[in-house]
Amino acid sequence: MTAVQVWQFFLSGLTTGGTYALIALGFSLVYNATGVINFAQGEFVMLGGMITATAIAAWGLPLWLAALIAVAITTVVGLVLDRAAIRPARHSSVVVLIIITVGASIFIRGLASIIWGPNERPLPAFSGEAPIVIFGATITAQSLWVLGATLVTALIMWAIFEYTIVGKAMRACAINPHAAQLCGIELSRMVSWSFALAAAVGAIAGIVLAPITMAQYNVGTMLGLKGFCAAILGGLGNGLGGILGGLVLGVLEALGAGLVSSQYKDAIAFIVLIIVLLIRPSGLLGREGGDP
Amino acid sequence: MTRNGRGAAAIALFAVAMLVLLAGCPPQNGVDEGAMAPPMDPAPGAEGAAEGSAIKIGALFAVTGDASSLGEPEADTAKMLEKQFNEAGGIAGRQVEIAIRDTKGLESEALNAAKELVEKENVVAIVGPSRSGTTMAIVDYVEASEVPLISCAAARAITDPVKNWVFAVPPGDRDAVQRIYKYMNAQSIAKIAILTSSSGYGAEGLKQLSEQAPGAGIEIVAEESFNESDTDMIAQLTRIKGTDAQAVVCWGVGKAPALIAKNMRQLAMEVPLFQSSGVANRRFIDAAGDAANGVVMPAAKLIVLDQLSSDEPQMAALKEYQDMFVAEYGREPDHYGGHAWDALHIVKQAIERAGAGADRAAIRDEIEKTSVFVGIGGVFTYGQEDHYGLSPDAFAMVRIEDRDWVLIEE
Repeated sequence: MTAVQVWQFFLSGLTTGGTYALIALGFSLVYNATGVINFAQGEFVMLGGMITATAIAAWGLPLWLAALIAVAITTVVGLVLDRAAIRPARHSSVVVLIIITVGASIFIRGLASIIWGPNERPLPAFSGEAPIVIFGATITAQSLWVLGATLVTALIMWAIFEYTIVGKAMRACAINPHAAQLCGIELSRMVSWSFALAAAVGAIAGIVLAPITMAQYNVGTMLGLKGFCAAILGGLGNGLGGILGGLVLGVLEALGAGLVSSQYKDAIAFIVLIIVLLIRPSGLLGREGGDP
Repeated sequence: MTRNGRGAAAIALFAVAMLVLLAGCPPQNGVDEGAMAPPMDPAPGAEGAAEGSAIKIGALFAVTGDASSLGEPEADTAKMLEKQFNEAGGIAGRQVEIAIRDTKGLESEALNAAKELVEKENVVAIVGPSRSGTTMAIVDYVEASEVPLISCAAARAITDPVKNWVFAVPPGDRDAVQRIYKYMNAQSIAKIAILTSSSGYGAEGLKQLSEQAPGAGIEIVAEESFNESDTDMIAQLTRIKGTDAQAVVCWGVGKAPALIAKNMRQLAMEVPLFQSSGVANRRFIDAAGDAANGVVMPAAKLIVLDQLSSDEPQMAALKEYQDMFVAEYGREPDHYGGHAWDALHIVKQAIERAGAGADRAAIRDEIEKTSVFVGIGGVFTYGQEDHYGLSPDAFAMVRIEDRDWVLIEE
């Protein structure tokens, strides 16, 4: 195994990790507002890619408009999920709500297979398919789009939480929902906001990933689970942790597949998950002993 | 929430996550067998049917579900042939009815539908199912019920070892690998890397590729695998790039083979890529885009019909199918529909030889005697020890150029 090969594994892992990071961010958004793990997060990713591919291939729209429409529609799906499935059951226990999201995920996936059929939809790379050579290893321009989108989305999220009233209110709800409500923050509105933001972030991940992996109705399941592992690894509910967790997980996966065996690639994420839960359940950046 | 509380919650969530994974798997055929009525005695075949009533042939296709790209053209072909047979006077003077049932590509559905066809519809023979898994799920049942079955699926296990009542029409992986190695010999390619899917289809390819390599004088210098749901193959290809392989052979279906073609471009790999006949379809070219150009594969002759030489023995059959299908549906047929064409014609000819009132056993015997039937998938000659019936000539070697197939002259 040469150094260039290891460097190649690292670079391709970083690309995959970028998407995991965005998905983990979506998990954290909803978790902070509701304490619920939204297992439909992966379906938002699928929808982002599928709608963009359809808008470009079938409606002939330019990429930027197709992407905008995909984010908008997926955000609406996120809001509908909250209104139609989560809010009516808001007084139920967290586990019930989680199972509702599992059901929603199966429902969205089934609907997608009826609408789009079983075949994958290719999406052209945003800026050409020519490989870029970095110190002997190659990376596509699309990988840079993935990492760029991760960075920009993370910065926007940080700005929202740091500087806007809505962001601050959402943080208040995460820290202490009762106190937040006493201050006049409407909890259910904050939950809606969190689902909308999570759906939008998921759609962005799906759009930048689609040229690399192709969009298909069933890609959401595995991506969702990997994003979940990344969120746990980084510390559930911690945005920065989720991004770090995603990148670390992507690199671990690529190194494991490259240096150990590609057969166990999917297993690596779950092994990492089990180890984290056993040794440091609060994750890399999660604070021990309480919510952030 | 305390730290411990969070840990416990997380573990519970992980259990839920596993549930989601399981929900994605197709049900095994054992699951709902308990819910079915106990099997009736096998019907006594069709000998009791009155002369003049319609002959019933059963058909099991994955018309919906994940494998609908196989089952849909098969069902369309069967409907078209039912009409055509009857307009031409039926089979052996009797009208024919093809009872099509949708297996959804699922083992449990296939078994239920097979029982219905045999016990309620009293069919004389069954064509299909579309997939290897659904075929294997009903093999024991048709053997026990003594119903002739002509499968439209390619797995070698269907006809090897030979089962009394089970035949198959698709060209198989053994012959596909043989064609690839013959082409490599001509191109002086001696060292190859293989990249096979972890599915049953990939496992079969791996077996044939490794078994036939020594005989063909080919050395496998790297052996990698992938999951069909994988989203990048950089790790495997990077390792292959580090060897002195002169070609890469991929065996798999779905979007993964297209990703491999794309990833090879990304890694600037210059060696040629060979694919299995499983992706010799438009979907692969659409998915891989320009990265598909240069890929070599064994394929059904139907996709290069207009490039075949005029002395091609299958030409007349291929043209007849093509013209009839285009006239009926206004779109091009594919080789999956061709499997249904071959299976139904073999059954038809067997009934004609056995006579209008023949029972299932007589029809089975006549199917086995099929000799030099020129069909869509190849030229079929079954025998007591051969229920597969094809030779490597069933395949054409093709290369993708400008997103289209070009026949390779050999």
